[in-house]
Amino acid sequence: MVRLITHNMLTCHVRNCTKDNFPLVFSDVELVVREAPENLDFIRRFLPKLDWAALVDTARSLGDESLPGTQPEEFTDEQLRALHHVLMEMHVEEGKMTCRGCGHIYHISNGIPNMLLAEHEVGR
Amino acid sequence: MSLPTPYIGHLTEEDYEHVYEPAEDSFILLDALEADAIPLRAARPSLCVEIGSGSGVVSTFLMQLLGPNQSLIIATDINPLACQATQKTSHANNVTVDLVQCNLLKPLLPRVDRGVDVLVFNPPYVPTDLAEFEQTQASASLGGAWAGGSEGMGTTTTVIELLSDLLSPQGRFYLVAVEQNRPQDIVARLQRQGLRSEVK
Repeated sequence: MVRLITHNMLTCHVRNCTKDNFPLVFSDVELVVREAPENLDFIRRFLPKLDWAALVDTARSLGDESLPGTQPEEFTDEQLRALHHVLMEMHVEEGKMTCRGCGHIYHISNGIPNMLLAEHEVGR
Repeated sequence: MSLPTPYIGHLTEEDYEHVYEPAEDSFILLDALEADAIPLRAARPSLCVEIGSGSGVVSTFLMQLLGPNQSLIIATDINPLACQATQKTSHANNVTVDLVQCNLLKPLLPRVDRGVDVLVFNPPYVPTDLAEFEQTQASASLGGAWAGGSEGMGTTTTVIELLSDLLSPQGRFYLVAVEQNRPQDIVARLQRQGLRSEVK
Protein backbone atom coordinates (compact mmCIF):
# COMPACT_ATOMS: atom_id res chain seq x y z
CA MET A 1 0.00 0.00 0.00
CA VAL A 2 1.06 3.56 -0.48
CA ARG A 3 0.89 5.05 2.98
CA LEU A 4 1.48 8.75 3.37
CA ILE A 5 4.72 8.07 5.25
CA THR A 6 6.12 6.44 2.12
CA HIS A 7 4.52 8.93 -0.27
CA ASN A 8 6.45 11.62 1.65
CA MET A 9 9.68 9.95 0.44
CA LEU A 10 8.81 9.72 -3.28
CA THR A 11 10.06 12.18 -5.88
CA CYS A 12 9.56 12.25 -9.65
CA HIS A 13 12.79 11.10 -11.28
CA VAL A 14 12.07 11.69 -14.95
CA ARG A 15 15.11 12.99 -16.82
CA ASN A 16 15.57 16.75 -16.41
CA CYS A 17 12.58 17.02 -14.07
CA THR A 18 14.04 18.98 -11.16
CA LYS A 19 11.38 21.58 -10.35
CA ASP A 20 8.10 20.92 -8.50
CA ASN A 21 8.91 17.21 -8.61
CA PHE A 22 7.77 16.71 -5.00
CA PRO A 23 5.27 15.91 -3.58
CA LEU A 24 3.46 13.87 -6.20
CA VAL A 25 -0.22 14.75 -6.39
CA PHE A 26 -2.80 12.01 -5.83
CA SER A 27 -5.86 11.66 -8.05
CA ASP A 28 -8.55 9.04 -8.78
CA VAL A 29 -7.72 7.59 -5.41
CA GLU A 30 -9.18 4.58 -3.64
CA LEU A 31 -8.37 5.33 -0.03
CA VAL A 32 -8.59 2.67 2.67
CA VAL A 33 -8.11 3.35 6.36
CA ARG A 34 -6.63 0.44 8.30
CA GLU A 35 -6.11 0.71 12.00
CA ALA A 36 -2.47 0.24 12.97
CA PRO A 37 -1.07 -0.25 16.47
CA GLU A 38 0.14 3.04 17.84
CA ASN A 39 3.81 3.66 18.50
CA LEU A 40 4.14 7.36 19.21
CA ASP A 41 7.82 6.95 19.98
CA PHE A 42 8.39 5.77 16.40
CA ILE A 43 6.38 8.73 15.06
CA ARG A 44 8.56 11.06 17.13
CA ARG A 45 11.75 9.45 15.83
CA PHE A 46 10.55 9.72 12.25
CA LEU A 47 9.71 13.45 12.47
CA PRO A 48 13.10 14.74 11.27
CA LYS A 49 12.68 12.72 8.06
CA LEU A 50 9.32 14.20 7.15
CA ASP A 51 8.65 17.10 4.81
CA TRP A 52 5.88 18.70 6.84
CA ALA A 53 4.42 21.03 4.22
CA ALA A 54 4.20 18.21 1.68
CA LEU A 55 2.56 15.92 4.21
CA VAL A 56 -0.06 18.46 5.25
CA ASP A 57 -0.90 19.33 1.62
CA THR A 58 -1.21 15.67 0.72
CA ALA A 59 -3.33 14.77 3.77
CA ARG A 60 -5.66 17.69 3.02
CA SER A 61 -5.92 16.64 -0.64
CA LEU A 62 -7.24 13.32 0.68
CA GLY A 63 -9.73 15.03 3.00
CA ASP A 64 -7.81 14.86 6.28
CA GLU A 65 -7.57 18.26 7.96
CA SER A 66 -6.19 17.08 11.29
CA LEU A 67 -2.61 18.38 10.91
CA PRO A 68 -1.63 22.00 11.66
CA GLY A 69 -0.25 23.98 8.72
CA THR A 70 3.05 24.69 10.45
CA GLN A 71 4.96 21.97 12.22
CA PRO A 72 4.60 22.32 16.01
CA GLU A 73 7.89 22.73 17.87
CA GLU A 74 6.62 20.43 20.58
CA PHE A 75 4.02 17.85 19.72
CA THR A 76 1.25 16.96 22.15
CA ASP A 77 0.26 13.30 22.31
CA GLU A 78 -2.96 14.24 20.58
CA GLN A 79 -1.04 15.76 17.69
CA LEU A 80 1.21 12.70 17.50
CA ARG A 81 -1.89 10.49 17.35
CA ALA A 82 -3.26 12.55 14.46
CA LEU A 83 0.11 12.17 12.77
CA HIS A 84 0.11 8.41 13.40
CA HIS A 85 -3.28 8.19 11.70
CA VAL A 86 -2.19 10.21 8.67
CA LEU A 87 1.17 8.47 8.22
CA MET A 88 0.40 4.88 9.15
CA GLU A 89 -3.31 4.27 8.65
CA MET A 90 -4.24 6.03 5.40
CA HIS A 91 -3.54 3.65 2.51
CA VAL A 92 -3.93 4.57 -1.12
CA GLU A 93 -4.74 1.26 -2.81
CA GLU A 94 -5.48 2.47 -6.33
CA GLY A 95 -4.98 5.75 -8.13
CA LYS A 96 -2.45 8.01 -9.72
CA MET A 97 0.39 10.22 -8.55
CA THR A 98 1.15 13.11 -10.86
CA CYS A 99 4.29 15.22 -10.96
CA ARG A 100 3.48 18.93 -10.82
CA GLY A 101 6.70 19.69 -12.65
CA CYS A 102 6.67 17.49 -15.73
CA GLY A 103 3.19 15.99 -15.60
CA HIS A 104 4.40 12.39 -15.49
CA ILE A 105 1.77 10.06 -14.05
CA TYR A 106 2.73 7.15 -11.80
CA HIS A 107 0.03 4.53 -11.36
CA ILE A 108 -0.79 2.74 -8.14
CA SER A 109 -2.26 -0.73 -8.41
CA ASN A 110 -3.03 -3.09 -5.52
CA GLY A 111 -1.27 -0.64 -3.24
CA ILE A 112 2.01 -0.74 -5.20
CA PRO A 113 3.16 2.42 -6.97
CA ASN A 114 4.84 1.75 -10.29
CA MET A 115 7.73 4.21 -10.45
CA LEU A 116 9.70 2.34 -13.08
CA LEU A 117 10.50 4.61 -16.00
CA ALA A 118 11.08 3.70 -19.62
CA GLU A 119 14.71 4.02 -20.66
CA HIS A 120 14.19 7.30 -22.53
CA GLU A 121 12.57 8.85 -19.44
CA VAL A 122 15.39 7.99 -17.04
CA GLY A 123 17.53 10.81 -15.75
CA ARG A 124 19.90 10.02 -12.93
CA MET B 1 17.58 -16.65 20.65
CA SER B 2 16.72 -17.63 17.16
CA LEU B 3 14.11 -15.92 15.03
CA PRO B 4 12.06 -18.16 12.77
CA THR B 5 12.51 -17.77 9.02
CA PRO B 6 9.47 -15.95 7.63
CA TYR B 7 6.67 -18.16 6.29
CA ILE B 8 6.69 -18.34 2.48
CA GLY B 9 4.26 -21.23 1.91
CA HIS B 10 1.96 -18.92 -0.07
CA LEU B 11 4.56 -18.62 -2.86
CA THR B 12 4.22 -21.32 -5.53
CA GLU B 13 6.41 -22.90 -8.20
CA GLU B 14 4.68 -20.55 -10.63
CA ASP B 15 5.78 -17.53 -8.59
CA TYR B 16 9.33 -18.85 -8.62
CA GLU B 17 9.32 -18.84 -12.42
CA HIS B 18 9.37 -15.05 -12.15
CA VAL B 19 10.63 -14.25 -8.65
CA TYR B 20 13.90 -15.33 -7.04
CA GLU B 21 13.24 -18.20 -4.65
CA PRO B 22 14.94 -17.75 -1.28
CA ALA B 23 18.18 -19.67 -1.43
CA GLU B 24 21.45 -20.01 0.47
CA ASP B 25 22.39 -16.38 -0.17
CA SER B 26 19.05 -15.16 1.22
CA PHE B 27 19.55 -17.20 4.38
CA ILE B 28 23.13 -15.99 4.80
CA LEU B 29 21.75 -12.45 4.77
CA LEU B 30 19.13 -13.36 7.38
CA ASP B 31 21.88 -14.88 9.53
CA ALA B 32 23.98 -11.72 9.24
CA LEU B 33 21.03 -9.57 10.31
CA GLU B 34 20.24 -11.87 13.18
CA ALA B 35 23.85 -11.88 14.34
CA ASP B 36 23.54 -8.08 14.62
CA ALA B 37 20.14 -8.18 16.31
CA ILE B 38 21.32 -6.45 19.48
CA PRO B 39 23.11 -3.47 17.87
CA LEU B 40 20.40 -3.21 15.20
CA ARG B 41 17.66 -2.90 17.82
CA ALA B 42 19.77 -0.59 19.96
CA ALA B 43 20.30 1.78 17.02
CA ARG B 44 16.51 2.23 16.83
CA PRO B 45 16.41 2.67 13.05
CA SER B 46 13.34 4.55 11.85
CA LEU B 47 13.91 4.11 8.10
CA CYS B 48 15.03 0.86 6.50
CA VAL B 49 15.26 0.22 2.77
CA GLU B 50 15.74 -3.06 0.93
CA ILE B 51 16.70 -2.89 -2.72
CA GLY B 52 15.45 -5.78 -4.85
CA SER B 53 13.29 -7.48 -2.24
CA GLY B 54 12.23 -10.46 -4.42
CA SER B 55 10.22 -12.91 -2.33
CA GLY B 56 10.19 -10.44 0.56
CA VAL B 57 11.78 -12.83 2.99
CA VAL B 58 14.54 -10.41 4.03
CA SER B 59 12.40 -7.30 4.55
CA THR B 60 9.89 -9.35 6.49
CA PHE B 61 12.61 -10.86 8.64
CA LEU B 62 14.13 -7.46 9.36
CA MET B 63 10.78 -6.08 10.50
CA GLN B 64 10.25 -9.11 12.74
CA LEU B 65 13.69 -8.61 14.18
CA LEU B 66 13.16 -4.91 14.92
CA GLY B 67 9.72 -5.52 16.41
CA PRO B 68 6.24 -4.42 15.36
CA ASN B 69 5.79 -0.75 14.42
CA GLN B 70 9.34 0.17 15.36
CA SER B 71 10.49 1.21 11.91
CA LEU B 72 9.38 1.95 8.36
CA ILE B 73 10.75 -0.36 5.71
CA ILE B 74 10.47 0.52 2.05
CA ALA B 75 11.21 -2.41 -0.24
CA THR B 76 11.86 -1.91 -3.92
CA ASP B 77 12.03 -4.21 -6.92
CA ILE B 78 11.97 -3.57 -10.66
CA ASN B 79 9.94 -6.75 -11.13
CA PRO B 80 6.21 -6.19 -10.43
CA LEU B 81 5.73 -9.85 -9.55
CA ALA B 82 8.51 -9.57 -6.97
CA CYS B 83 6.76 -6.51 -5.47
CA GLN B 84 3.58 -8.55 -5.18
CA ALA B 85 5.46 -11.50 -3.69
CA THR B 86 7.06 -9.23 -1.07
CA GLN B 87 3.66 -7.79 -0.20
CA LYS B 88 2.16 -11.27 0.18
CA THR B 89 5.05 -12.43 2.34
CA SER B 90 4.80 -9.44 4.64
CA HIS B 91 1.04 -9.93 5.03
CA ALA B 92 1.42 -13.66 5.66
CA ASN B 93 3.82 -12.86 8.50
CA ASN B 94 1.80 -9.97 9.97
CA VAL B 95 4.37 -7.27 9.33
CA THR B 96 4.09 -4.15 7.22
CA VAL B 97 6.44 -3.56 4.30
CA ASP B 98 5.83 -0.63 1.95
CA LEU B 99 6.58 -1.47 -1.68
CA VAL B 100 7.79 0.73 -4.51
CA GLN B 101 8.31 -0.73 -7.98
CA CYS B 102 11.38 1.04 -9.31
CA ASN B 103 14.98 0.70 -10.40
CA LEU B 104 17.21 0.44 -7.29
CA LEU B 105 15.87 3.31 -5.14
CA LYS B 106 15.77 6.16 -7.64
CA PRO B 107 12.49 7.83 -6.59
CA LEU B 108 13.67 7.78 -2.98
CA LEU B 109 17.06 9.39 -3.57
CA PRO B 110 16.33 13.12 -3.23
CA ARG B 111 14.26 12.73 -0.09
CA VAL B 112 16.14 10.10 1.89
CA ASP B 113 19.20 12.35 1.83
CA ARG B 114 21.40 10.64 4.43
CA GLY B 115 18.37 9.32 6.24
CA VAL B 116 18.55 5.57 5.64
CA ASP B 117 19.34 3.82 8.91
CA VAL B 118 19.50 0.30 7.51
CA LEU B 119 20.04 -0.48 3.83
CA VAL B 120 19.90 -4.09 2.66
CA PHE B 121 20.86 -5.38 -0.76
CA ASN B 122 21.17 -8.91 -2.07
CA PRO B 123 22.24 -7.86 -5.55
CA PRO B 124 22.46 -9.73 -8.82
CA TYR B 125 26.07 -10.80 -8.18
CA VAL B 126 26.77 -13.53 -10.74
CA PRO B 127 29.40 -12.43 -13.27
CA THR B 128 27.88 -12.23 -16.77
CA ASP B 129 28.60 -10.31 -19.93
CA LEU B 130 27.30 -6.75 -20.15
CA ALA B 131 24.59 -7.61 -22.69
CA GLU B 132 22.99 -10.19 -20.41
CA PHE B 133 23.18 -7.81 -17.44
CA GLU B 134 21.52 -4.99 -19.38
CA GLN B 135 18.90 -7.19 -20.98
CA THR B 136 17.80 -8.84 -17.72
CA GLN B 137 17.62 -5.48 -15.93
CA ALA B 138 15.66 -3.87 -18.77
CA SER B 139 13.15 -6.72 -18.89
CA ALA B 140 12.83 -6.76 -15.08
CA SER B 141 12.71 -10.55 -15.26
CA LEU B 142 13.97 -13.32 -12.99
CA GLY B 143 17.40 -13.15 -14.63
CA GLY B 144 17.72 -9.63 -13.27
CA ALA B 145 17.87 -11.16 -9.80
CA TRP B 146 21.25 -12.80 -10.50
CA ALA B 147 22.90 -11.56 -13.72
CA GLY B 148 25.45 -9.08 -12.39
CA GLY B 149 27.55 -7.95 -15.36
CA SER B 150 31.32 -7.58 -15.17
CA GLU B 151 32.65 -9.32 -12.03
CA GLY B 152 29.00 -9.43 -10.92
CA MET B 153 29.34 -5.83 -9.77
CA GLY B 154 26.98 -4.06 -12.22
CA THR B 155 24.39 -2.88 -9.72
CA THR B 156 26.52 -3.21 -6.59
CA THR B 157 28.94 -0.54 -7.84
CA THR B 158 26.06 1.85 -8.53
CA VAL B 159 24.68 1.41 -5.02
CA ILE B 160 28.09 1.74 -3.36
CA GLU B 161 28.62 5.04 -5.17
CA LEU B 162 25.34 6.31 -3.71
CA LEU B 163 26.03 5.23 -0.12
CA SER B 164 27.38 8.55 1.15
CA ASP B 165 24.14 10.23 0.09
CA LEU B 166 21.97 7.48 1.49
CA LEU B 167 23.16 6.39 4.90
CA SER B 168 22.41 8.28 8.09
CA PRO B 169 25.39 8.96 10.40
CA GLN B 170 24.76 5.67 12.24
CA GLY B 171 23.48 3.94 9.09
CA ARG B 172 24.29 0.33 8.28
CA PHE B 173 24.52 -1.34 4.88
CA TYR B 174 24.18 -5.10 4.47
CA LEU B 175 25.36 -6.45 1.12
CA VAL B 176 25.60 -10.01 -0.19
CA ALA B 177 28.70 -10.75 -2.25
CA VAL B 178 30.50 -13.79 -3.64
CA GLU B 179 34.23 -14.43 -4.17
CA GLN B 180 34.10 -13.29 -7.82
CA ASN B 181 32.92 -9.86 -6.61
CA ARG B 182 36.22 -9.58 -4.67
CA PRO B 183 34.78 -8.83 -1.24
CA GLN B 184 38.10 -7.46 0.04
CA ASP B 185 38.10 -4.89 -2.76
CA ILE B 186 34.56 -3.89 -1.78
CA VAL B 187 35.68 -3.45 1.82
CA ALA B 188 38.66 -1.34 0.74
CA ARG B 189 36.42 0.77 -1.41
CA LEU B 190 33.92 1.35 1.40
CA GLN B 191 36.75 2.28 3.73
CA ARG B 192 37.98 4.85 1.22
CA GLN B 193 34.47 6.34 1.43
CA GLY B 194 34.94 6.61 5.16
CA LEU B 195 32.69 3.66 6.01
CA ARG B 196 33.73 1.04 8.51
CA SER B 197 33.18 -2.35 6.90
CA GLU B 198 33.78 -6.03 7.43
CA VAL B 199 33.24 -9.37 5.70
CA LYS B 200 31.20 -11.87 7.71
